[in-house]
Amino acid sequence: MSGAATGLVPPAIDEEGRPVGLLVRLLSAQVTWIGLVLAGLVAVFSVLSPNAFPSTFNVNNLAADAAILLLLAAGQTYVIVTAGVDLSVGGVLVFSAVAATKAMQAAGGESMPALLLGLLVAVGVGAGWGALNGVLVGLGRIPALIVTLGTLGITLGGALLLTGGVDLRAPSRLNLGLGLDRFLGVQYIVWISGAITAVLALALAVTRFGRHTYAIGSNPEAAARAGIHVERHLIRVYLLAGLLAGLAGYLALAKYGTTGISAHSTDNLQSIAAVVIGGTSLFGGIGSILGTVIGVFIPAVLQNGFQILGVRPFWQQVIVGAVLIAAVYLDQSRRRART
Amino acid sequence: MSPPLLEAAGIHRSFGQVQALRGADFAVDAGEVVALIGDNGAGKSSLIKIMAGADAPDAGEIRLAGEVVEFGSVDQARARGIETVYQDLALCAELPPAANFFLGRELLRPGLLGRVGWLDNRTMRARTRSACERLGVRLKSEVAAVSTLSGGQRQAVAVARAATWASRVIFMDEPTASLGVLQTVRVHDLIRSVRDAGVAVVLVSHNMQDVKAVSDRVEVLRLGRRVARFTTASASIEELVGAMTGALDPGAAPTDGAAP
Repeated sequence: MSGAATGLVPPAIDEEGRPVGLLVRLLSAQVTWIGLVLAGLVAVFSVLSPNAFPSTFNVNNLAADAAILLLLAAGQTYVIVTAGVDLSVGGVLVFSAVAATKAMQAAGGESMPALLLGLLVAVGVGAGWGALNGVLVGLGRIPALIVTLGTLGITLGGALLLTGGVDLRAPSRLNLGLGLDRFLGVQYIVWISGAITAVLALALAVTRFGRHTYAIGSNPEAAARAGIHVERHLIRVYLLAGLLAGLAGYLALAKYGTTGISAHSTDNLQSIAAVVIGGTSLFGGIGSILGTVIGVFIPAVLQNGFQILGVRPFWQQVIVGAVLIAAVYLDQSRRRART
Repeated sequence: MSPPLLEAAGIHRSFGQVQALRGADFAVDAGEVVALIGDNGAGKSSLIKIMAGADAPDAGEIRLAGEVVEFGSVDQARARGIETVYQDLALCAELPPAANFFLGRELLRPGLLGRVGWLDNRTMRARTRSACERLGVRLKSEVAAVSTLSGGQRQAVAVARAATWASRVIFMDEPTASLGVLQTVRVHDLIRSVRDAGVAVVLVSHNMQDVKAVSDRVEVLRLGRRVARFTTASASIEELVGAMTGALDPGAAPTDGAAP
């Protein structure tokens, strides 16, 4: 048992004490393994369905489907690295989409300024909910699980109150423009999500903001004694997660053309699953956005591949559930091996 | 005679009904190791916290090189060159030694990258390595998380970190409490190298072997007051324990009568 566990210690350890490059640091053990799992899935589906699965059309679809969840999961990664959790992301997404739609309708609907106003409202409203989460967790010292469960209910209920329970339609110019337009053959939504995720990955890995995020998740007491403003940093992290949920709400409006009030009730669990599958520890202090990207694509590839092969798509849920448990088990045994 | 480097005079501190400190005094000079000893509840931790800026006294003065100072926070004490090694070490176990060394004081790359907060990990690792080597600490890996190090190495990282930033005083709370014999000897060596670098070291300890082995002087707290001062070389463990427990007459104990 201990032999198996020691094999999971990150290979980034250089016994000679040589400096280790960025790439190696990004590749902690679980990321490597989970990356191999994803590569294996892609290979299997490509062999079983050589015409449909690896086609440009299908890969584009897959990426567009994953783009919105990817933004949520990137924010969720920061939160979970601080040893917190954000259950409210789906609710904040929906509330932001509703608020943005209302704002765009009030501003005349189809004009470019109205669409930009919608973007600002979505991002601002999302950031506002995130900041509220952060204040309650950081300053109020209420457990993140409870705070974000509460704001999940408030945002989803608020969205229903604002709309009377009937989904609002997005301006068609948004739906047909940003929702469908491509650059170099790839949807704008994918470019936007990919670029933001790349920036967030770097910010977590190599900046002071990222370092403090890890430190707080690892030992908040030590971080505070080292002069890090823990409460302020937590507010920023939750604000970031809310802001990304707001942006995701805007992109979802563009992609689906509707506020989709009832379509996002499991976004929180999907994003948490992606983060954890990607090797980020629920206990904080360990994780990477690269892992989260892989963790987003494993369920997406499974679902897509099963659909193409005609396997009942419910199997996707079953397998993702099993992978999730396995990922947490690996994390636990790695921790036990260390201490 | 010049004033002591760090001096506490007539410190009072109450927590509700409990009077933790009742006019406590303390003094330490540059380049000496002073052990602060006392029984449980004598007020050692309360006094250390006040001198390190983690708590404020109800009454009394802290003087740094003769100048009265009021530390509103640990940050302010640190800015004046005063560091604390806590009993739990206050390390982030998931982060490597250099990240812990520079926690809250991260070095950034020059230019635009630094402007956006890009860390200069190479320099931080190099400076961590040289700081550790100066104190005779050899880390088996610079990039492995602190959690993979042994207890002694973790202690070494925490002490070396404090020694790097402390230009004047280091407080160490029970630094050998969780260590084996060999590791304890290493920490003692570390404390001596810090002292020889001209920094004042204040050691809080229950362990009389520790106190005898590494300190130059001993100050004894009992019931929130300083009751005795010894030169370590001329004091027996029986005398120290006697002063701690009050078995000796407190009035007879001071050896140099330097109480301000």
